[in-house]
Amino acid sequence: MTAQPVSLKTYAGVFGMLLVLTAATTAVAYVNLGFFNVIVALTIAVSKALLVILFFMHLSRSAHRTQIVAGTGILWLLILITFTISDVLTRAWISQPVGW
Amino acid sequence: MPEAHAALAHQFEDLEQQHDAATLGMWIFLVTEVMFFGGLLAGYTMYRSVYPSAFAAGSRLCEVTLGLTNTLILITSSFTMALAVHMTQRGRRGLVLALLGATMALGAVFLGVKFLEYFHKYQEHLIPGANFVYSGASAGQVELFICFYFGLTGLHALHMIIGLGVLGVMMAFVWCDRFSPVHYAPIEVAGLYWHFVDIVWIFLFPLLYLVDLHR
Repeated sequence: MTAQPVSLKTYAGVFGMLLVLTAATTAVAYVNLGFFNVIVALTIAVSKALLVILFFMHLSRSAHRTQIVAGTGILWLLILITFTISDVLTRAWISQPVGW
Repeated sequence: MPEAHAALAHQFEDLEQQHDAATLGMWIFLVTEVMFFGGLLAGYTMYRSVYPSAFAAGSRLCEVTLGLTNTLILITSSFTMALAVHMTQRGRRGLVLALLGATMALGAVFLGVKFLEYFHKYQEHLIPGANFVYSGASAGQVELFICFYFGLTGLHALHMIIGLGVLGVMMAFVWCDRFSPVHYAPIEVAGLYWHFVDIVWIFLFPLLYLVDLHR
């Protein structure tokens, strides 16, 4: 609160980068990269989210305990999605026993 | 000892500690929101990996131009929101009112575009459960995608409506001159909520509209 406000130049720079990344993710969606379409789309989305979180939401200058809380939320989301996906994608690896 | 600021609650040492506590509380709420949307996103990811071609067909039913328009609108509204917080820190009350007004207007336009998309879905008989007509392959799985589309964008739109209400209250507070460069925690916290809603859309746009365009 006593901290200096983030400069207008930083906000404008972040806004510009968000627009560029939006254009990039839309353009690349029309190119067939196979499986990597999802990877590229998610990488760009994570970059945009980080820009918003660190600069618009001031997390880069928040108290450390606030940063830990935010990081924990992201970690738990990753656990939720990783464990769900690792279950679904590996079900076919082991043949199902039949007829009993 | 200097006299305490009128906005300082008695349990806090000073306004800075009060501001940190408010921010921390909002982040804890936002983490619960992450898990809330995360459950739906995990379900979406799971069914997408099980029915990739049906989800790709469903995804192509989304209107990319309207989705892109809404993405640009929402990013711009996040920018004006960040500027509103900045101008509160600078004590520029008139500018804060204008920026909050711009943020709310952009949010309202977003909802308008969303409504237009929903109306097109209704016209094309793509309302799951009630009115779903789809002649292509694996119609049931395509309907499942449309369920996720309405579930995710609908919950997001609900958050936008709540956000508009919060920003309206903030505008009233600014109008009554409740904030100052040393006391602006409520507007900062409202900003955190608005940016969170923007982040949700940053993930929904590629996942629902974009990832299967190349097929």
